[in-house]
Amino acid sequence: MDQPYESTAHADHEHKPHGWRRWVFATNHKDIGTMYLIFAGVMFFLGGAAAMAIRAQLFKSGMELFDPGMYNSLVTMHALLMIFGAVMPAWVGLANWMIPMQIGAPDMALPRLNNLSFWILPFAGTLLLSSFFVPGGAPAGGWTMYPPLMEQFGASFPMVVFAIHLLGISSILGAINVVVTILNLRAPGMTLLRMPLFVWAWLITAYLLIAVMPVLAGAVTMLLTDHFFGTSFFNAAGGGSPVMFMHIFWFFGHPEVYILILPAFGVISEIIPTFSRKPLFGYEAMVYATASIAFLSFIVWGHHMFTVGMPVAAQLFFMLSTMLIAVPTGVKVFNWAATMWRGSLSFEPPMLFAVAFLFLFTIGGFSGLMLALVPSDYQYHGTYFVVAHFHYVLVPGAVFAIIGAIYYWLPKWSGRMYDMRLAKWHFWLSVISVNVLFFPQHFLGLAGMPRRISDYAPQFTDWNMVSSIGGFVFGASQLLFPYIIWRCIRSGKPAEARPWEGARGLEWELPSPAPYHSWQTPPSEAVLAHGAEH
Amino acid sequence: MTDAQAHAHADSNYYVPHGSPWPIVAALALFCLMLGAVLFLDGVTSAWSLLPGPLLLIGLFIGWFSTVIGENQKGMYNLQVDRSFRLAMMWFIFSEVMFFAAFFGALFYARTFAVPWLGGHGVKALAHYLLWPRYASTWPTNGPAHVGGATFEAMSPTGIAAVNTLILLTSGLTITIAHHALRAGKRGRLKVFLALTFLLGFTFVALQAHEYIGAYTHMNLKLTTGIYGTTFFMLTGFHGLHVTIGAIMLVVIWLRVLRGHFTPERHFAFEAVAWYWHFVDVVWLCLFIFVYWL
Repeated sequence: MDQPYESTAHADHEHKPHGWRRWVFATNHKDIGTMYLIFAGVMFFLGGAAAMAIRAQLFKSGMELFDPGMYNSLVTMHALLMIFGAVMPAWVGLANWMIPMQIGAPDMALPRLNNLSFWILPFAGTLLLSSFFVPGGAPAGGWTMYPPLMEQFGASFPMVVFAIHLLGISSILGAINVVVTILNLRAPGMTLLRMPLFVWAWLITAYLLIAVMPVLAGAVTMLLTDHFFGTSFFNAAGGGSPVMFMHIFWFFGHPEVYILILPAFGVISEIIPTFSRKPLFGYEAMVYATASIAFLSFIVWGHHMFTVGMPVAAQLFFMLSTMLIAVPTGVKVFNWAATMWRGSLSFEPPMLFAVAFLFLFTIGGFSGLMLALVPSDYQYHGTYFVVAHFHYVLVPGAVFAIIGAIYYWLPKWSGRMYDMRLAKWHFWLSVISVNVLFFPQHFLGLAGMPRRISDYAPQFTDWNMVSSIGGFVFGASQLLFPYIIWRCIRSGKPAEARPWEGARGLEWELPSPAPYHSWQTPPSEAVLAHGAEH
Repeated sequence: MTDAQAHAHADSNYYVPHGSPWPIVAALALFCLMLGAVLFLDGVTSAWSLLPGPLLLIGLFIGWFSTVIGENQKGMYNLQVDRSFRLAMMWFIFSEVMFFAAFFGALFYARTFAVPWLGGHGVKALAHYLLWPRYASTWPTNGPAHVGGATFEAMSPTGIAAVNTLILLTSGLTITIAHHALRAGKRGRLKVFLALTFLLGFTFVALQAHEYIGAYTHMNLKLTTGIYGTTFFMLTGFHGLHVTIGAIMLVVIWLRVLRGHFTPERHFAFEAVAWYWHFVDVVWLCLFIFVYWL
């Protein structure tokens, strides 16, 4: 083992492949990551268009734009597109770009599987979106697909089931790739507890994905066989139960929300130390907190269905286990705050998004605690309060973290700086409008406005108008984002290898833009130490 | 480790495979499979639309695995790649375990909660009093409305199921003997015991088909026989599908053994299939206990 990791690049991959083959036959983690991010961006704007349509319908009472069926389809497709089309693929895209760079690897462990994971997505998206054009319209039973309602839709029912199967296969294969890459391709010396937190967060996320996506596949398979082949899973007359679907679905569904947010925790743990110019406070506590959240996510699903009819003992169990999640999450929030404490702070766009995440995600966390309490949940359940809650954790939570991550690593990817002034405009427009959009929904929910409804009593009009105005501004300001990225790639000023002087980690030891095969030679201990200390 | 490393001359490099058309073909095949099913279920086409997807998938598996086996035989994969394959297979099997867990969960939920509640026991018995006051919950059951017919016969644990348990346990033994033979370089014994393993696997599938035919023709036990028929056929059906796939994988491995593809030190494909076979075995034991026996 004289020079165990001497680089001798294979002739086939010294050069970038040209033309369409580079993308269709891709094996490069950066190319695949880029395709994932572009796909996520397209889905984000399609899901966003559905959201704009929803807010337009709700601008005032009277059902002026869509009939209830179309409205329900828009709500359902907005959720499916945003969760499975935008946020999850965006995280996989970021994992693809960053994990090999951050652990000192040349690429993902299974590059062809990686390509398969990506290319399933456009097909699944096509299947899902084309359901708008079949008899009966797009699925309209909500993204939770509860039977028997879900089975009562027309030709779109098997389309959404099989689209979910495709998306699930893609996620499982992608997650296996992430786990294997992290466990097997770390540079010598990159022990588990030296890994950047984004990598840790993704390792745990990937574990959750492999554990729960098959359960979702099982749940939608049962829907399919109940509908087409006469099984009785969710049919009480045959000895089954529609509530059973809810249990199986939420056994997937709760870990799923951590799948959406854990990588965000990783990103925030990278950005805040960089712009505080201090190491992350309590690194190991952060790792253990992430793992604890993942473990707890498997035993809290019942809090999504307190009002469905459940023994009191089960309600108590799910209430207490849910409130336990506040402990590791609190550890994280306090550690981020402690990292900023007496730091030398500066507020570049990634930091702005990270700080906004800290405040606004925490609001979503607190409203989650309110929903965790069985007696109060009886009041909030099925109202706009729930909508406000999960949009606070998903939009200024997950989506802000994705935007922050892209602003953070874009100079490394493109080798160019973006327009800071425009990016700050993007931030301020987003952060103000997102609160105008979602904060009034708390009031609406507490006042009794039900969610998933295409019309409402006139007394809810004022806050709905405010919320819609916030929504339109938020939607419009997101158009800045692709423009800023496009300008950056086309004509940005060249970026240094370490464009943020407080940044730590191996990715900043590579030149900007990063070479096509990130680390052909594993970084030495000296490089590792330099990356970590800087 | 150093001995093995000496074999793999390329071990000192990271290995990144070149581009390949197979992933996009795989995505296309999966899409055809799903689209074919959608068109058939929505009544747009007749059953022919179910065909292109599986055919493409078969072609895909032959093509992609041939490429990988070819590259492997050329010595392009170092030990790090070997480790990646191993880890990936383990996590893939874990995902399969969770798929079965969903269906076992449905079985346990029905037996522990749904059926007793429908029969008026426990805290959520309202449906019993309002809808089906005369329903006495038992297991097996096809529900308060007797979905699928007034009477049916439940599957006995002492019939074909017992024989099949014996068959699968024996096959677990034979594949282990084959593995030891491979590691000891005893190729004659390897070939025989590996062949025995897949023959036992196919026998299992044949007996299960016989069991299904009996259930449909003599016992009035069908997929549509309420929750009992549902859980019985869905659980054993998905398991039978996995046994079939596993047995086909064993045949492929056997053919590769005949061609001398494996060395006593490096035989990842053999081990992956063996793991898969043991996984199928364990699922069967759970099925035997919870579906047939208890």
